[in-house]
Formats: sequence, C-alpha cells, structure tokens
Amino acid sequence: MGLEMSITLRINPIMCDGHGMCAELLPEIITLDQWGYPLLAAGPVPRPLTGLARRAAQACPTLALLIEETRPKHR
Amino acid sequence: MSTELVRRGPAAPPPAIPPYRPPQARLPRLLAGLSYYRSVGLREHEHRYGPIPWRGHSGRERPERLIDVVDRSGLTGRGGAGFPTGRKMRAVASGRGPAVVVANGAEGEPASGKDRLLLTRLPHLVMDGISLAADAVGAQEAYLCVHQRETELLASLADAADARYRAGIDPGPIKIVGIPGRYVSSEQSAIVAFLGGGPAKPTFAPPRPHERGVRGRPTLENNVETLAHLALIARYGDGWFRSIGLPSATGSALVTVGGGVARPGVYEIELGTSIGQVIMLAGGPTERPQALLVGGYFGGWLTAEEAWEIPMSQPTLRAAGAAMGAGMVLALPVTSCGLAETARVVRYLAEETAGQCGPCVMGLPALADALADLAFHGGRGRATGQIQRLLPVIEGRGACRHPDGATQLVRSALRTFSAEAQWHDQHGACYGVARDPLLPVPGDEEREWGWR
Amino acid sequence: MTVTLSGPGLWYATRATGLVALLLLTLGVLLGVLTAGRFATPRWPRFLTAGLHRNVSLLVLVFLALHIGTTVLDSYTSIQLSAAFIPFISSYKRGWVGLGAVAFDLLIALVVTSLTRSRLGHRAWRFVHWSGYACWPVAVLHGVGAGTDEHAAWAIDMTIGCVAAAAAAVAWRLVQRWPERRVLRVSMVMLAAVGVPTVLSVSGYGW
Repeated sequence: MGLEMSITLRINPIMCDGHGMCAELLPEIITLDQWGYPLLAAGPVPRPLTGLARRAAQACPTLALLIEETRPKHR
Repeated sequence: MSTELVRRGPAAPPPAIPPYRPPQARLPRLLAGLSYYRSVGLREHEHRYGPIPWRGHSGRERPERLIDVVDRSGLTGRGGAGFPTGRKMRAVASGRGPAVVVANGAEGEPASGKDRLLLTRLPHLVMDGISLAADAVGAQEAYLCVHQRETELLASLADAADARYRAGIDPGPIKIVGIPGRYVSSEQSAIVAFLGGGPAKPTFAPPRPHERGVRGRPTLENNVETLAHLALIARYGDGWFRSIGLPSATGSALVTVGGGVARPGVYEIELGTSIGQVIMLAGGPTERPQALLVGGYFGGWLTAEEAWEIPMSQPTLRAAGAAMGAGMVLALPVTSCGLAETARVVRYLAEETAGQCGPCVMGLPALADALADLAFHGGRGRATGQIQRLLPVIEGRGACRHPDGATQLVRSALRTFSAEAQWHDQHGACYGVARDPLLPVPGDEEREWGWR
Repeated sequence: MTVTLSGPGLWYATRATGLVALLLLTLGVLLGVLTAGRFATPRWPRFLTAGLHRNVSLLVLVFLALHIGTTVLDSYTSIQLSAAFIPFISSYKRGWVGLGAVAFDLLIALVVTSLTRSRLGHRAWRFVHWSGYACWPVAVLHGVGAGTDEHAAWAIDMTIGCVAAAAAAVAWRLVQRWPERRVLRVSMVMLAAVGVPTVLSVSGYGW
C-alpha cells in the first residue's frame, strides 16, 4: 500500500448559507436536505473525485466547504 | 522565567505531616463549609481551609506540579462535557503564548443550581481554584463569568476578587464578567468569543479554545465546580480525591435534584451513587415517579425502574442513554406527561439557537412543531414518523452541540415514553398535559435576547 | 519607450477594445448579481452562473490590457502607461481618463482578491468585492467622458443598454432581498417611470 494522500470533506455550518453549489458539482458525495443545506456522505473522498471535490470547495461562495488532508496510516 | 509563585519563608525543618488536613468524613467535601444564610467570607474560608496551597499538598521543599496531581486525581469537568481536567490543563500549558483562564459560572441550564450555590456561598473556593489553575498553566489573565443580569452576584464577586487581590492572595486580579443570558452563550467557545469582544455565540472548531481562545491565546475554560474541586485537590492531594467515587469517575460532584421530590435542591454526592439514592437524599418522590430526566436538557429520559439502580457517573449514564451533564436529576410523576414536558423544552431550545447554522435554525423549530403536534394536538398517526425523519437530519450538523442535545433528549423521550407516544399519535393529548409544567423553562420576562 | 505609431488604426483599436470591455464588464456585473441572487433553473445550474462570472471578468482584463496598450502606444494623445494605474495624472482629458484608472485599479483589486480567496478568507474577500458596484459606474462614466464616440447613436444606445441592464439586475436583486418592503418595489417602479423617459429624451430620441 503506497502512502496516498486522501482528503475528507467537512462543512463549516456557520459559514454555510445553503447556496448548494457544492451539491451541483459533487452530487456523488453531497446532497441537500429539505432546507437546502448540504449532507455529506461519510468517509474520505474516493480518489477519482478528488479533483471535483477541490473544485467544489473553491466554488463555495462562502468558503464553507473545507478540505482536510488525511494521510492514511502506513501499514 | 518560572511561572510558579514560590513563597519562601525562613529555612525550617520539613513538616512531619502535610500542612492541610482533609476532612474526616467522606462527604461533604465542597459543601463542607456551607452556610444556608450567608456567603463564606475570606477569613472564614482561610480559617477552615488554610491559605492557597502554592507549594502543594505535601508541603515538601520541591512542590509537585499541580497539573500532575490533577491528572492523577482523575478530576473531570463538571460543566457537562466531562473532559479530563488534567489533560486540558496540560494542553493549555503547552500552548503558544501566555494563557488565559476562564471560569464558567454562567449555568445556562435553567434546571441547574449548583454553580449559583457555589458562587453565592463559597466564592473563595472557586477563586482559589482559578488562581491555582492560572499559576499552573502560566496564565496572565483570569475571568469569572456569570449572567449579566445577576447584578448583585456580580457586585459581590467583584468585591471578593478585589479583597483577595489587595490582600495579596491572588497574584493577578480575577476579572468578573457578565455575559448575555442566552442558553448557548454559556457554551465554552461562546464565552471565549465574547471575552474577545465578539457576540456570545459558539464558534466553529478548529481551533479549539485550548489552542487558540480569547484573543488567540491558549484558554483554559472550566466550570466553577471543577475549579472548586481543584482548590481542594491542591490542598489534600490526588489520593484523597480518588478515595471516593468510582475508578472511572473519581471524587464527588454536585447534583441538582428537582421535579416531583420532597426537598428539591443541590446535593453533594459521591460519583457512583445510584440515581435512586440521589432521589432519596432529596426527600424521596412526592408522587410515584414514572420517569427521570438525568443530565438536564442535554441529557436523557429514563424510566424510573431502569434508572433507580444506575450509578451516577458520565460513563454509566451514557451507556444507559442519558448523560451526567451538569448533574441534574428531575423526577416526573405518573400524573404528568413526559411528551408535553419534552415538547415545551424543545420549543425553548428551538428559540435559543444562535441562528448561525441552517440545520439547527430550520430543524429545531420543525422538531418542536412535530413534538407539539404529538403532545398536544394529536399526531394523526404521523407525528412520530415525522420526528424520526427529522432527527438524523438535525444531529451532528451544527457548529456546537446544541442541536445534538435536543435530538438526544427527543430520542430518549420517544424511547422512554414509547407507549405514550403511540397513544398520543392516535388519540391526541392525555390528561397529563394539563398539569403544571415541571421542567423549568424561563418565562418571557426573564428571557434576554441580545448577544452582547 | 519611444515607439511612435500613428494613424487611425490604434485609435479604432482603443475604442473597440474599450467598448467590448465595457460590454463584458456589464455582463460580468449581471452574472455577479445573478450569482448572489442564487439564480438557477432546472437546466441552468448555479455553478454555471458563477463560473461564467469568473471567466467573463477575467476576459475583461484581457480586453483592458489591449485597450490600455493601444492607448499608450498611440502617440496622438501621449498618455503614459502609469496613467492607467494612477488616476488623474494624464495631460489628455485628465478627469475622464483618471476615472478609467480608478475603475482599472478597482478591477485589479477585485480579481486579485478573488483569485486568492481561499487564503484571504470569506469576510475580507466580501469586503473588497462590494467595490464592484463602484467599479462599473466609474467605468461607464469613463466611457462617456473619455470616449470619442459620445455623439454616435450606436455608442449612446450601447451605453444606455448597459446601464439599463445593470439597473434592472440591481433592482431585481434588491426586491428579491427585501421582498417584504413594499416601499422598495413602489419606488423602483416610480424611478423607472420617471427615469426612462428622461434618459431617452436627454439622449436625443424625443417622443
């Protein structure tokens, strides 16, 4: 197993205003609840979606979607 | 430069026995010097407990670090979260820059009275704890926070802090601060934000206060009861503190007992005392209890049968579906309606959001509406389903634990009152809803609405 | 630099790039207002509006670079490069050209803060971004005053069109933001009822 940087998404609920752009860009991981606020799927972001996840974080109008870099434990 | 205040007298032979003698009885500890009629003044306090133990309980030439003693004592926070105090102090002491100590005496829970008791009757025990903690973590500022509308209490505490500083007891002045009376304002990060000049609303973590708190400094925030325990541990040692309680929950704690009991009030118990014993301490139930609310409005409901034998401590209560919280036990008689009481409390919690996070601001009122339907108007068979669908959408999605406390309360209510919930859903309100409310919810005239 | 180019070619290029930049800037403002107003349809997602707003604004910079470049190179008016950044130092039409420099500076601030948004933090970015509402009218005024086509009907029409579009977008946004304020809606209607005929008559259309 190589050392791969995986990322996890996290939401700052105070900054989040329910714009919903994250859910448009990353519907595989982010859905919206009945009030328009994001629901994140649990766990780290699958590798193929990493680029989209970063784009979604940049697109958030209030910078409420946060990228957390987690290095998995070296086996 | 050493941050420990070392008082050196003339060279004397080491004392044969520790200079501070702990009380003989197991209990009371914190409430040992309590008077019902007046506050314990500075001289009486020093007479009973001795001066602040800067050199530690053993009185040896080389005093042990207080943080190590607190670590070994197993003291955990008495404000609700139950975090190990020694670990928190260590984190703040190793933080960057001069630290800040904040004593939280704001007691946001309407049903709790222990902090108020300590501050009105035994303020010097709390202030000893503040000074000792400040010295131990290298803090240069210390604050004691209470609700801003408690003008008399603010004045008396300011006098006490002033007297101590002028007498040279505290190395630095303890600043008494009044904070807004909103429910979430007594939360740790809200107080830290307020002391930094902002509104008293919880903030997003990271960073946590012990890394970057008031004005960016590492901040030690503790409940006033925790600091009072610390003041005694510094005098009598960790072994004494651990001599009562459970291995996983050491020492004593203050609990507020209320609801349908003969003598509601604040009592000091050994951790591990069963809930039933606590109720009997308060004079026993006035009517046959159907359920108990343990841990306050962020705690949980338990049926009287299952609760009676459960020992009071954070781990045991969590395992049972409740919480230690700030140590509250409220007895609900059979003639009351637990769903109605819960509905009222959740309505209060919904009005007390900070208004910052969408799922909480939208979700709690929806939850309160659904509960009100269930309790008072009849759910038409749909209310419990509605509530169950709302709960996972609300919990864990706020910046603070406010929505989680509400959902935990509701989950425990649906579990404990499941038969009643089914009945309500089909038939509407029961007779118990007409009974006077038992769980205290502040009336409109007592409520504050500002954040500064 | 002593490259002297003369002849009408550069002048045409300056006017053309300036007008296109104004059009694009107006479009950028419209898209910005739509982004903030959360405009979306089932087939037009929000990230599209936001993405276009970003790209159009960057395109404005390209045309501005050409506009400034051709102006500086044109020896007919001898406007130095620094006059594009420092307002009110050119000898030719000092005030009007100076307004162009103001708008350009504001635009640079907007773009730089937007590109470094994640490092800057949301609050600081937002504070600067409000100046977009100042940048656009200043740019329009620069076009009206410094432009040499101010009497041509098509230039006037275009300017009026840009102003009308921006005004409509802002009105939409205000009404959307404060839907409960009837005063707002009524005053918008009255302003339009008075303003439109005034502007048309002033611009020479008559009745």
